Amino acid sequence: MTMLHNLSIGELADRLAGRQISSVELTRHFLARIERLNPRLNALITLTAAEALAGAAAADRRLAAGERGRLLGIPLIHKDIFCTDGVRTSCGSRMLDNFIAPYDATVVTRLKSAGAVMLGKANMDEFAMGSSNETSYYGPVKNPWDTSKVPGGSSGGSAAAAAARLAAYTTGTDTGGSIRQPAALTGVTGVKPTYGRVSRYGMIAFASSLDQAGVLAASAADAAAVLQVMAGFDPKDSTSVDAPVPDYPALLDAPLKGLKIGLLREFFDGLEARNAALIKDALKVYTSLGADTMEVSLPHLPLSVPTYYVVAPAECSSNLSRFDGVRFGYRCPAPVDLNDLYKRSRGEGFGAEVKRRIMTGTYVLSAGYFDAYYLKAQKVRRLINDDFRAAFQKVDLVLGPTTPTPAFAIGAKIDDPVTMYLNDIYTIGANLAGLPGISVPCGLVDGLPMGLQLIGPHFSESRLLGAAHQFQRATAWHTKAPGGYE
Amino acid sequence: MSLTRQDVEKIAHLARLSISEVEMPVYVTSLSSIVDFVDELSRVDTGSVEPMAHPLDGQHQRLRADAVTQSDHHLKFQGNAPSVQAGLYVVPRVIE
Repeated sequence: MTMLHNLSIGELADRLAGRQISSVELTRHFLARIERLNPRLNALITLTAAEALAGAAAADRRLAAGERGRLLGIPLIHKDIFCTDGVRTSCGSRMLDNFIAPYDATVVTRLKSAGAVMLGKANMDEFAMGSSNETSYYGPVKNPWDTSKVPGGSSGGSAAAAAARLAAYTTGTDTGGSIRQPAALTGVTGVKPTYGRVSRYGMIAFASSLDQAGVLAASAADAAAVLQVMAGFDPKDSTSVDAPVPDYPALLDAPLKGLKIGLLREFFDGLEARNAALIKDALKVYTSLGADTMEVSLPHLPLSVPTYYVVAPAECSSNLSRFDGVRFGYRCPAPVDLNDLYKRSRGEGFGAEVKRRIMTGTYVLSAGYFDAYYLKAQKVRRLINDDFRAAFQKVDLVLGPTTPTPAFAIGAKIDDPVTMYLNDIYTIGANLAGLPGISVPCGLVDGLPMGLQLIGPHFSESRLLGAAHQFQRATAWHTKAPGGYE
Repeated sequence: MSLTRQDVEKIAHLARLSISEVEMPVYVTSLSSIVDFVDELSRVDTGSVEPMAHPLDGQHQRLRADAVTQSDHHLKFQGNAPSVQAGLYVVPRVIE
């Protein structure tokens, strides 16, 4: 018999609707898995078992009254970047170790209204700044495929939890690859929607022109069901886009015949042969499904990492100025004056990588350097954006790897920021241009998962989810579970 | 090193960050390597390119009706404050 944690969201919804299982039973099943498996992963940093059981009981009452919903009664884990009313929201930082969010993020509200049951909050890189989950104040998350390896970041706890099936799905955020890269390194499906598709309200800001919320799940079909609920206009987010949300699950089987897929030439520079072979295999799957493939080039894409490491730190230095030790968050002991209070509260409350990015951002925005760095980066951002736009005149979506390598060892890159930053070389472009992207498992290298990345034009989530879903109907990589977590 | 210790001290002051003696040399090295890395952008010809601040075209800041939509939550919000007195946030004295 298939274990409950291996059922799809659709299958779980059917069993809940048929009263074969209750939401309380399902919630207990996942809580027991968390209790047994989380100590070796450190994927969750806050467990909300009592609230989860109460939420499950409420969902059971709604089901008993005849209500049906794709997510009603189904357990999830939120990345600890989303404010959850009455529950600690730390953002992986000492700065917010004592912060009890006084309201819900819109993503949380929408999922709660749909009857989703929150089991707890996922570990993450501090303030979402990192690609390995090693910058968390609460310690690194371990990759369930090999606990000596990183799960990726910044949504590393969400990815490890989804891979270990500690919940039916998890939420994440993606500023430079923080959903897609950890999804790839842990063998799950991760969707970063178009900028503006999902509300940022109540999502602790890192880089406001790049941040976007999304979902990590076992399959594209599961991700489609979740995104359907998460997406939509929110007047509380000034960059939320007021456009109708398509019925993603209903559109998953739209035929791929004639779909034009572009293989990104720049994504193969420096890619190891075994990884490149997996991407070529995936391309063959698409050819057999009727898609037309061709090579496309984005000549400015290699500049995306330096562009990002000007734009993102600049926005971060501005956003994180709110943490001043006055209104919420960490305050240093015995400040001698206001300046001392600011400097020591921030110096002691933030970790090394966050301080590095705040200082990088402060430098590129400072008098005399603004034009040379920040304004220059915004211009190069335009060139990268225009490359994508030109490519989407020729093809419907572009395809390549999600990461250059599979998961690397904990500790291998943490002392060399630039090497760490280059991990996101394939994912950052989509953030700079605001494009939706998805990572799906496409094979194993040395027993570790690799991700296939699809990127589409603005608001092409249906097309991406459909292409990912049909790839998953033709392959079995997404069904592979790490040993010990079957 | 593209940045000196004095540069980093100035940046840390602008950012209101205390940096310990142990951390300082690490930041001088790593911030210099980041600045060297992003200096690659200076080689790109961006002559007449319009800077891009926002990823979606045609978006503009919405205005809402000037109506009260929020109620008073100051007690709940101040529950997270390190120090509060009479509904006010307490900081070290700034005016002698």
